[in-house]
Formats: sequence, structure tokens, C-alpha cells
Amino acid sequence: MNWKTKFAQQLVKPLLFTLGVSASLTVTAVNAEVGFPEKEELKFGFIKLTDMAPIAVAYEKGYFEEEGLYVTIEAQANWKVLLDGVIDGRLDGAHMLAGQPIAATIGYGTQANIITPFSMDLNGNAITVSNEVWAKMKPNIAKQDDGKPVHPIKADALKPVVEEYIAAGKPFNMGMVFPVSTHNYELRYWLAAGGIHPGFYAPHKGDTSGQINAQALLSVTPPPQMPSTLEAGTIYGYCVGEPWNQQAVFKGIGVPVVTDYEIWKDNPEKVFGITEEFAQKYPNTTIRLTRALIRAAKWLDDNNNANRPEAVKILSQSNYVGADYEVIANSMTGTFEYEKGDKRAVPDFNVFFRYNATYPYYSDAIWYLTQMRRWGQIAEDMPDEWYKETAAKVYRPDIYAKAAQSLIDDKLISASEFPNFATETGFKAPQQHFIDDIVYDGTQPNAYIEKFTIGLKQGDKL
Amino acid sequence: MTSITSISKASFLQSSRLTGVIMYVSQLSKALLLPFIGIAVFLVLWSITANSINTSLGQFPGPVAVVGQFGNLYQEHVAEREKAAAFYERQETRNAARVAKEPTYEPKIRNYTGKETFLDQIITSLITVMSGFVLAAVIAIPLGIWMGLSRSLQAAINPIIQIFKPVSPLAWLPLVTMVVSALYVSDDPVVSKSFINSMLTVTLCSVWPMIINTAIGVSSIDQDLLNVSKVLRLSPLTHVNKIVLPASIPMIFTGMRLSLGVAWMVLIAAEMLAQNPGLGKFVWDEFQNGSSESLARIMAAVVVIGFIGFLLDRGILALQNWASWDKA
Repeated sequence: MNWKTKFAQQLVKPLLFTLGVSASLTVTAVNAEVGFPEKEELKFGFIKLTDMAPIAVAYEKGYFEEEGLYVTIEAQANWKVLLDGVIDGRLDGAHMLAGQPIAATIGYGTQANIITPFSMDLNGNAITVSNEVWAKMKPNIAKQDDGKPVHPIKADALKPVVEEYIAAGKPFNMGMVFPVSTHNYELRYWLAAGGIHPGFYAPHKGDTSGQINAQALLSVTPPPQMPSTLEAGTIYGYCVGEPWNQQAVFKGIGVPVVTDYEIWKDNPEKVFGITEEFAQKYPNTTIRLTRALIRAAKWLDDNNNANRPEAVKILSQSNYVGADYEVIANSMTGTFEYEKGDKRAVPDFNVFFRYNATYPYYSDAIWYLTQMRRWGQIAEDMPDEWYKETAAKVYRPDIYAKAAQSLIDDKLISASEFPNFATETGFKAPQQHFIDDIVYDGTQPNAYIEKFTIGLKQGDKL
Repeated sequence: MTSITSISKASFLQSSRLTGVIMYVSQLSKALLLPFIGIAVFLVLWSITANSINTSLGQFPGPVAVVGQFGNLYQEHVAEREKAAAFYERQETRNAARVAKEPTYEPKIRNYTGKETFLDQIITSLITVMSGFVLAAVIAIPLGIWMGLSRSLQAAINPIIQIFKPVSPLAWLPLVTMVVSALYVSDDPVVSKSFINSMLTVTLCSVWPMIINTAIGVSSIDQDLLNVSKVLRLSPLTHVNKIVLPASIPMIFTGMRLSLGVAWMVLIAAEMLAQNPGLGKFVWDEFQNGSSESLARIMAAVVVIGFIGFLLDRGILALQNWASWDKA
């Protein structure tokens, strides 16, 4: 495999990675004004989801224009069309699933060098099941004093339902938005934590359906089509971003059972993806668009989400997300409605800036790689160094740091609101808040993969 | 007294005119009243059915909701135009500032980057359908005439036409998209790729009825006319100009009407599928939005699509009447 040859090269220079990062970061200490953009007319793609908000806000609040960028924003039909658009240059950049640039870089699906200088948000997804499945799950869930179910709901409650379907010879179908989507990994994580096997991929055998040994069969549906697919009975549940879970509640066709905040607190979600070629050809443009996006993200979280109602108004325009104000407002303004009437406060349901949400952490990229390996999308074992190298190819904190530094110099955002670039390693401290209580340490990807009961482990090959 | 006589005189005059008026009214009622009744009945039926359909996005829109949406869509268009004006103003100040800082910079005015309104989408669709249709006509009519004149060419090409004619735009679109992406490479394209994609798909689907009808029209010209041409020993070009074209114009136009109908339908489908700008994209975007107003907006688009299709058909008919003036 070509990964092996790459790996051989990488063994020779395991240190260069950290050296390179720190070198690129010291450059930013030099106070240099960002030049005029090389390319001024840009077209960005997005999928109708609330977490595209930084792009819409950067446009509507004039942040792009202040950078001298004239940006057209265009909704895309699905994640595949969007990715192809960025690869073939029809789009200059796009709101992407964090897994997309990573998968493209390692050649899973379409091979392309896509990078990200900007992580778009934390959290923002949920898993919804149909009313019928919910009715069957409900008896398995403990109740609070007020009669409402105890959250977080684990997939343990779903397991008997899935087994019932299988015993009756009916496949238990669920939807996610893309094979390398956060949603695929979150849904798999939640199911596996509850003892339901979501199936393996075996790309080396040409199997990209991801249903080998599966108890729950996961398939791809574009986000905005999720509610209608659930309504049509093609799938019994799905994992998708907002507003498509709240839409199911408003339409009365399904019940969100768990948010991704409960599966993994403050998990990285979307990124802004551009091709590496674009970043090399138009360095000033890249920094400037990153600046605009950082400012938009900050605006979204400013003063304890004070701007969120205005953001919801922007998002409900038909050229952005277009769903009703109330539906989008539910999750964007810090509440989440599970079963109809069961509205709970989730202040961090959508995080755009605080907790360094926009900084592209290597450890975030590595988590996606561990899940790709866990479910067989990466067919063979890779050494820890490979994980780090790959993450560093895709996630570009160097560009982010330049953009952030210039914002600090312009006194638009204070240095205290960014990570300390002089000491930042790109690795978050081991994270604990997972639904199965497994701790994730980005510096030890292989050891992390070993911790799961369901999933491929060291030496496993399908 | 005088008043009574004048009335009787008047009534006499009226009764003599009455028969004429009745005939006029009955003609008028056939021309106007019956279609009016038809539309009224349709609207009532629509309202009743709409009231009894409850979708998960709310009630199916009735005529009133759709009319309301037309108002909204127009308001949105006006608001967007205002935003565009502000956009150009900001751009000019920004350009001026940059020129002051960097004298070598050549300021450029970039097109408005905001959203396309319903009216913009209608115009885009009309331009696309006409471009695709004209391209199809340019290919189909000469080819059809040639096929009509030459039995052997007809025999050679006919199977291909029969096979490609029933192909749906949904099958052509991926091929067209990939081929255009591969061949149409430019840093600063004159027209967008999406326009070329839609246009070529329209051409590929609408070219066939025109070829077939033209060929049939040409090959079924009255033998007497052909004999006249032979007797006069007309050159091939004059033969086509003076004999073939005038004689086969009705069939050519029938083909064009069929084609334009196909072209319009194909375009909307292609725009929906590929998210290319136009009315089809408008419909698909609204479907994806899933807002409580979406269905009414889609219905408004459906009415407009139908109405434009009707106008296009009338347009070709008017063109036909004009083109075959010598036969009148």
C-alpha cells in the first residue's frame, strides 16, 4: 500500500513535524500587515445547516467585504457535490464535515489535498428516532421525578428494539449524512457504546457500504432530506445537524434522543475547507478569509450569545438555511426540545468561538482518524506518528495563527481570547466527557483505539 | 306623454338591436366566459382540496396563500435590489480608498454577490432555455432538412435518434456535467459552467423532436412541387429555399413547439437536480428549507413555470404565423 511507503519516509523524520509547527508559529510573532487579497471574487459552498452560520454572518455583517473579499455563498445539494465543487475549483472553499478534508487527504473516497485553517464549531448534532421506535424505547428508559426521561439516553435502550427488528427479519435502517461525516462516527459511537454493532467498512475489498457484521444498517441521506426520509419510513432514525432534529419535533414525526454534546462534550464539528493549492496560490486571500470567519465566530458567541437571535434571523433567510425562525432558534439560542414539550437548556449546543472552538487542533483531526481506523475505513494499522503527520497535513494552525495575530494587531480581538500560540502544541489535554467514559488522548491514537469493545483493533484486518 | 313615446321608441330600437347583441354576447361568452368559469371551478376545487391536505409542513397552500407569496417574493426582490445598490456604493468607496493607498491598482466593479431573487431566477431560466433551444434548432433544422432530402442519410441516422429521443435529462446531466468540467476550463469564464451544463442538457433533450418533424415535413412534400423543381432545374440551394422550406414550415414549427415544450420541462428538472441557477433551483431550495412558507412558494413557482411554458408555446405559434405569411 502507498501508505506504507509514506510511513517509511515519515519514520526518518518523526521530529520534523513538531519542529515544523513551532517554526511556522514563530513566524507569526513578526508583526506584518496582511497584503491585499490575490483573488477577490470567491464562491463558497455550504449545506443547509445552522453550523454554516460563521459564513453567513461573515457575509451579512460585512466581514468579508472589510477584507476586500467579494464572496458569493451557494447552497449545495449534498456533501459529495460540495466536496467535488471544492476539488474541481467550482467553489473556492466550503463549510465541510471535519472528516472530509482528512479522508480526501488519505485518499478515502476522492483523493485531494484539502486543508483547513479554521474549525467552524463545536457540537450541534443530535440523533433522532421515529415515533414508533421511540415508543418502543421509552419503557427501557429511567424517569425523573417529573416523569420525563433521564438524559443522556444511551443506546442500551435501543438495543432490545433493534434485536426485535432483527428477530422479525426486518433490517434496522438508520441515516447519516456522509461516510466520513461526524454524524456517521457519532451515531456509530453511540450505538457501539450501547452494544449495537453499526458494521465495518472494508475499502480494500471494495466494500464502502459499511455494513459488514452490522446490526443497525447505516446509509447516506443529505441533511435537509432526513425528516422526509424518516417520514417516508425508509429509515427509523438518523444523526444530523440542526435544524433537522428540531424540524422532526415540529413536524411531529420523530424524537431526538441524544445530542452529540452528550455523546462527547464539546466535540469538533465542521471545518472550513480549501484546497492546499488555493492556500499556496492565494496566501493573503486565505489569511483574510480566515480573519473574516474568526470575527464572525466571535460575533456569534459574543456577550453570552447575545447576538444569536439576530443570527437566527439571518439563517432563516431562504438563501441560507431557510427553515422557520422558531425551529432554528430552538438549538441556536441554547435550548433543545427532545420529545414534544420536553425543552431543556443546552447552553453549549452550538459553540462557535469560546473554548477555542475555531482553532484547528491536531487532536481533533486525530480523533476522526481513530474512528476511521476503528470502523475499517483505514484498512490497516498505522503507527502513532502517521496519525500526527496526517493531521498536520490537513489542519493548519499556522495559517490560523497568522490570521489571529493580525486581528490582535488590529485590536479587533484581544490575545487572551486565542490560545497562546507560543506554547500551543495543537493537542488538547486528554478529554473525558464521552458517553461511555472512555478517555481520549490525541497523542496516543493506537492506545485509544484499543479501548473500544466494538471496533477494529491493532492487528485486525477484515 | 312625451316620455312614454320616447321610451317605446327606444325599446323598439333596442329590440331590433337585441338579436345582434345576443349573438355578440354568446360569442363573447364562448371566448371569455367559459374559460373564466373553468378557471373559477379549478380555483374552488383547489381551495377545497388544499384545505383537506395536511402535510407535516402545515396545510397545503390554497390560491390565497399563493397570491400572498407572490407579494412576498416581489417584496424580497425590491429589498434585494436595495441591498445591491448599497453593495455597489460600498465597493466604490473601498476601491477609491485602495487607489489612494496603491495608485497602480486598477479598480474593478464586481457583480453583486447577494442572493438571486425569484425574478432573477425566472430570467436565468428563460435565458437558459432559449439558448439551449436555439442551439438545438441550429443543429436540428439543417440536419432534419438534409435527412428529409436524403433517404439514405435518414436510414443511417434514424436508429440513433430513436434510441436517444427517450433519454431523460436525469441521465444526460451527469455526463454533461463531467464533460463540461473537463473541457471548459478557464480562470475567468465568460459564462458559468452551470449555465453551460443546463443549456447542453436542454439541447440534448430538445433536439430530437425537431429533427424528426423537420425530416418528416421535408420528405412528405407534395410530389407536384418536387416535379416543378425538377422541371425548372433549380439548383439544390434554390430548391431548398424556394420549394422545401416554404412547404415544410408548418411541420418544422410543430417540431419546434414540441421541442420547446420538452426544453422547458427538461430545464426545470435539470436545475433541480444539479442546483443550477433558475426556477428549478428555487423549487429545490424551498423544498430543502422546509419552512412553513415553502409549499406556498413552491406552488407559486409551479404556477409561474406553467404560465411561462404556455407563453413560450404561444410565442412559437406567433412566430409560425409570421414565418408562413406567404401562405395566408
